Amino acid sequence: MIAELGLAALWLSTALAVLQMISGALGLRSGAGAQFAIYARPAAVVQAFLAVLAFFLLLYAFAVTDLSIKLVATNSHSAKPFIYKLTGTWGNHEGSMLLWVGVLALSGGLLAGLERRLPEKTMSATLAVQGFVALGFYSFLLLSSNPFERLPVPAIEGGGLNPLLQDIGLAIHPPTLYVGYVGLSVAFSLAMGALITREVNPNFAKVLRPWVLGAWVFLTFGITAGSYWAYYELGWGGWWFWDPVENASLMPWLAATALLHSVSVLAARDALRTWTIMLGVLAFSMSMLGTFLVRSGVLTSVHAFAVDPERGSFILALLGLYIGGALVIFAMRAGSISEGKRFTATSREGALVFNNVMLSAILAIVLLGTLYPLLTEAFDVRVSVGPPYFNPAGAIFAIPMFLVMAIGPLLRWKDDKPARIQFELAALAAVVIAVIALVAILGDYSVLAVLGLALSIALAIAALLPLRGRNIRRVPVATWGMICAHFGVAVALFGMASESAFTSEKLAAVAPGDSVEVAGWNIEMASVDPVAGPNWTAIEARILAARGDEEPTVLGPQSRNFWSPPQPTSESALITRWDGQLYVVIGDQAGVDANGNNRWQLRVWWKPFVTFIWYGGLLVAFGGILSIAGRVRVDLKRRNAVAMGKVRREDMDALAEGDAIDGANGSSGGSQDGPIPEPAE
Amino acid sequence: MANPMKAKHQRMTLVILALVAIVAAGLIAAWALRSQANYFYLPEQMTEAPPAVGQAVRLGGMVQAGSIETQPDGITVKFVVTGNEESTIPVRYSGILPDLFVEGSGVVAEGSLGADGVFQATNLLAKHDENYVPRELEGLEGHDGNDVYAETVAGLD
Repeated sequence: MIAELGLAALWLSTALAVLQMISGALGLRSGAGAQFAIYARPAAVVQAFLAVLAFFLLLYAFAVTDLSIKLVATNSHSAKPFIYKLTGTWGNHEGSMLLWVGVLALSGGLLAGLERRLPEKTMSATLAVQGFVALGFYSFLLLSSNPFERLPVPAIEGGGLNPLLQDIGLAIHPPTLYVGYVGLSVAFSLAMGALITREVNPNFAKVLRPWVLGAWVFLTFGITAGSYWAYYELGWGGWWFWDPVENASLMPWLAATALLHSVSVLAARDALRTWTIMLGVLAFSMSMLGTFLVRSGVLTSVHAFAVDPERGSFILALLGLYIGGALVIFAMRAGSISEGKRFTATSREGALVFNNVMLSAILAIVLLGTLYPLLTEAFDVRVSVGPPYFNPAGAIFAIPMFLVMAIGPLLRWKDDKPARIQFELAALAAVVIAVIALVAILGDYSVLAVLGLALSIALAIAALLPLRGRNIRRVPVATWGMICAHFGVAVALFGMASESAFTSEKLAAVAPGDSVEVAGWNIEMASVDPVAGPNWTAIEARILAARGDEEPTVLGPQSRNFWSPPQPTSESALITRWDGQLYVVIGDQAGVDANGNNRWQLRVWWKPFVTFIWYGGLLVAFGGILSIAGRVRVDLKRRNAVAMGKVRREDMDALAEGDAIDGANGSSGGSQDGPIPEPAE
Repeated sequence: MANPMKAKHQRMTLVILALVAIVAAGLIAAWALRSQANYFYLPEQMTEAPPAVGQAVRLGGMVQAGSIETQPDGITVKFVVTGNEESTIPVRYSGILPDLFVEGSGVVAEGSLGADGVFQATNLLAKHDENYVPRELEGLEGHDGNDVYAETVAGLD
């Protein structure tokens, strides 16, 4: 019954998406058709409810392990811990696509239900585009990956979930990334709506900004969580592998980062109109490309749950349709968007444009590096593209970007003289040179790591400089958001550079009672014992780790064997200190030592400041949240003021009717409470 | 620089600047990727045209049955990688072996060729899970991850 209800809800949502699309499109016409536009908003809201309901029904089916549903039988198991039964809902292709469309419909519903600032025509066009996008993904779900398909005979037991996915990370990483991906669909629809109705202006930018910021916060958080998950779960001690699927999440993030800065320029200064629209299209294209890469099975990776060419071609067709359509509309309308306000190269806009271009260039580097192996494969040449390509090629553009990012917020809008901030420039340059010199004296490290360390420290100082000479209490919340996010970038960069420069590693075969030394840590293997969990067995080492003379901490790294599906995994054990992390993994049995005791392979890393990578990511995301909060607060204040002004004007008008002499005062009272100007950040 | 440019000129300047940067990115990527084409080696390629000693490359192939031997220190292993043809490359690796590293299965070794003709691996990529095969190894014999998957879900359709 649950499955049938879910399927019915999905079909109804599809029908509503069609209604939303047609009704929105009719809203663009003047005349008789225009009255149908009123159905677009309710259609989007009800659709959101139904799609989310469908997702919750599937969640329920997984919670009770309903083995008559094919998806549950293939991917779940009755002996799995309850939390992993739930998260297993999106640990497979169909379920994750249902989550995708659920979030898509939900954000469409929120947009339709809450957004009242745009002109009705622009809203109609936006909802029509959103309906069109949703329709494509509903068809994809229903026609090629139905999550509610029944089995003719219920299975006796499920196939189980990939053990690497049986982790709390699965509860956080995919849903946040999807919210980010899909939030960009709203940015895309809004950009298209504004383009179609020729409303590309600061007012539109203010509506667009919270959606972009919101999507970007979720993407940032999702990538940070995913990176940490891979770091502790895979047992290789790495935090970024330039895996195509990681790149698939990084590319929309780069595009969204460029977009959110460009949107801010449009909102505050009415410049970069076409550029903002273009980035809106680009950001969603990257989301769809990411979905295509992950879901089509062109990449084999832990993320690709199943290989199915039909699904791949379907998403590719959708990608072509939406991006092609968007570019056609763009080509038709771009000429009609008039040039925005002008600015010089040495202004804050100039710095933002430069970094927008740098972000796009990094995006191009990552995109080409990700797609190149797929291209050469068509000619039957196997190529693997890894860090030796991505790190230096990306750095060529990232380094100038970080330099300009340090200076940009210090410049004024429109036009500025570099001489005005020469003291700051000199100070930052001195910091960079001093750190490079210091690190070069201390040891022989890679060029990129040294540059990273120097830039991160300069960036951290530069991030705080906009506060200089300002009353801390009067700094707007949105500005705190920017400072926090920029500081977060510096913190993350410091973590990355420090990890790659200063990590110490030790590999040894040790018998119980033996110990190894790494970077001031003394690690003693006390014992190795077999242990068992609900759906796995393992050997667990008891390890006493102590730095200097401190009391030893007990660690229990495991080498696990899951039995459904059968697969071994390593469970790392970590000690987190303020200045880094100790990472311990146990491997296979490694023969016997001289006394005939069994030895085990033990791999230990001391990674100075590695945690800063993820603290930095969280700070960046938190900066985004502050920025949204600040904007919403200013916006509410302005709306309140406008509403109060209106009330007062009405009161005055009412008075004026009684007493004609007071009429003049009434109008002046109204103009005083006009819109509060946007604070220029 | 500080003179405000004419409106039309500014938009053109921006477009040209952006295009130049993106094209530069494309060229850098194309150039860097061309050199990456020499990054992955099959055993037969490595015997025919060996990479320079010390150059970071990847070697992919099958682990020859019976070739894995653990050295007395307990952490160094030696094994032999074979390809579709008869050529073999000996590999030395110090570290924890990947969970699914077994004889007769596929492996991608990251590292460099030593002066003694032994490939020094710094990292081994084996099958990541039952369904995952490193991209480079697809099509080599013995890669039937999907068969295992099919067995797991047998009888469900």
